[in-house]
Amino acid sequence: MSIPISMTVNGKQVSKSCPANRTLGQFIREDLGLTGTHVGCDTSQCGACTVHLNGDAVKACTVLAVQAEGAEVTTIEGIGTKDDLHPMQTAFRACHGLQCGFCTPGMIMTGIDLVNTASRDNVELGEAEIREGLKGNYCRCTGYQNIVRAVATAAQQMED
Amino acid sequence: MYNFNYHCPSSLQEAESLYAKSEDPMFLAGGHTLLPTMKQRLNAPTDLIDLAGLTELAGISREGDVLQIGAYTRHADVAASELVQAAIPALAKLARGIGDTQVRNRGTIGGSVANNDPAADYPAALLGLGATVVTTKRAVPADEFFVDMFETVLEEGEIITAVTFPVKGDAEYIKFANPASRYATVGVFINRHNDGVRVAITGAASSVFRCSEYEAALSSSFAESALNGITLRTDNFNEDLHASVDYRAHLCAVIAKRVIASMV
Ligand SMILES: Cc1cc2nc3c(=O)[nH]c(=O)nc-3n(C[C@H](O)[C@H](O)[C@H](O)COP(=O)(O)OP(=O)(O)OC[C@H]3O[C@@H](n4cnc5c(N)ncnc54)[C@H](O)[C@@H]3O)c2cc1C
Ligand code: FES
Ligand code: FES
Repeated sequence: MSIPISMTVNGKQVSKSCPANRTLGQFIREDLGLTGTHVGCDTSQCGACTVHLNGDAVKACTVLAVQAEGAEVTTIEGIGTKDDLHPMQTAFRACHGLQCGFCTPGMIMTGIDLVNTASRDNVELGEAEIREGLKGNYCRCTGYQNIVRAVATAAQQMED
Repeated sequence: MYNFNYHCPSSLQEAESLYAKSEDPMFLAGGHTLLPTMKQRLNAPTDLIDLAGLTELAGISREGDVLQIGAYTRHADVAASELVQAAIPALAKLARGIGDTQVRNRGTIGGSVANNDPAADYPAALLGLGATVVTTKRAVPADEFFVDMFETVLEEGEIITAVTFPVKGDAEYIKFANPASRYATVGVFINRHNDGVRVAITGAASSVFRCSEYEAALSSSFAESALNGITLRTDNFNEDLHASVDYRAHLCAVIAKRVIASMV
């Protein structure tokens, strides 16, 4: 069963047909060619595939493309440009928040959601809150220290 | 994941008639249990009927001493709801502790309750608070709703529309979370009110259950020491690589005492 879907991805309207069992992760990577979103586990654990669906961080391997009908999707490609990085990207670079970089797109997308939600709910983002907020994102390289530092640094900059 | 027919009805009636017409259909809510099991081919429905478009399942409201949460309410929305925080703070806290940020942004209360995972959090709140599960066919008290592991009284094609919680007394929930998944290895929900004490335990046994031994002890004396010397029947307790039966039984007392300590 192939189903026509349309959604906004990184500000651009896209309309395509895809089988019902296509995940949003496959759709983004294979149908739209946006390979910045990584699929690590494909079992809802690692968070490498995290994108924003109507502003909320979600695991794209565990959302069907058809469930995103009419939605606004933002991927790692949509948050900044090479010359004008998002503060979260700048902070990951400045704090050395990555090694191999596989987990990084997901970390950044979750990090941005974390900062936005904390500011909406008026919650102080301390180290404990950042670690708790990144529970759904695994990194096999860094040991997390610099990732937590990067999110804290970006949180400060995003507030200013 | 095998392919399937996908439907996104815009009314309950349409959802029910699609269900009746399809060969081997399933309802889809947040998909955070169903889609992983479809990838593993533990489920292979011919038709998925997405509940996302049903406005009848949305929203949180309070009327007097009844808090109603629509079945399609995401964990993140329960956690952030000022209505829930004011009425039953333990419920908002429970929702905030489910899985991780991304899981809470998709998973729904209806899906969690329908699924009745023996380690899920919501069933403990429903049973602990004496909630009612409202469906397209009836209203079922939580005491009758959860049958056994992944089993409830829901019939074919029956849709949960909302859960209603009585707002009474004070309540608290603490879980010993599995460090990877955050599911409850053991989770204890206690509600103390004028008519007595309700204690619901999740994670420990094949299904969430009310702990009558703890309830009796705490009704006469609401103190940690009231649980000393009580041995729980463990015939249907879970044993897996995370925890043995004895360890789970031990955790029941430890976690229940922590809940009591935080309430007195
Ligand atoms: C990584 C990860 C960690 C998790 N950690 C936890 C945790 O710590 N604690 C916890 O409690 N849960 C946890 N979960 C499970 C999560 O809460 C799920 O979202 C929830 O169990 C199912 O809700 P859903 O909306 O995703 O339902 P779905 O997956 O869409 O559906 C689940 C089942 O319920 C049925 N269903 C859904 N809605 C209805 C309805 N309204 N009426 C009738 N039937 C319905 C479906 O047909 C299906 O059989 C975790 C999940 C993941 C992937
Ligand atoms: S690829 Fe989606 S959570 Fe790992
Ligand atoms: S930087 Fe390699 S997995 Fe995180």
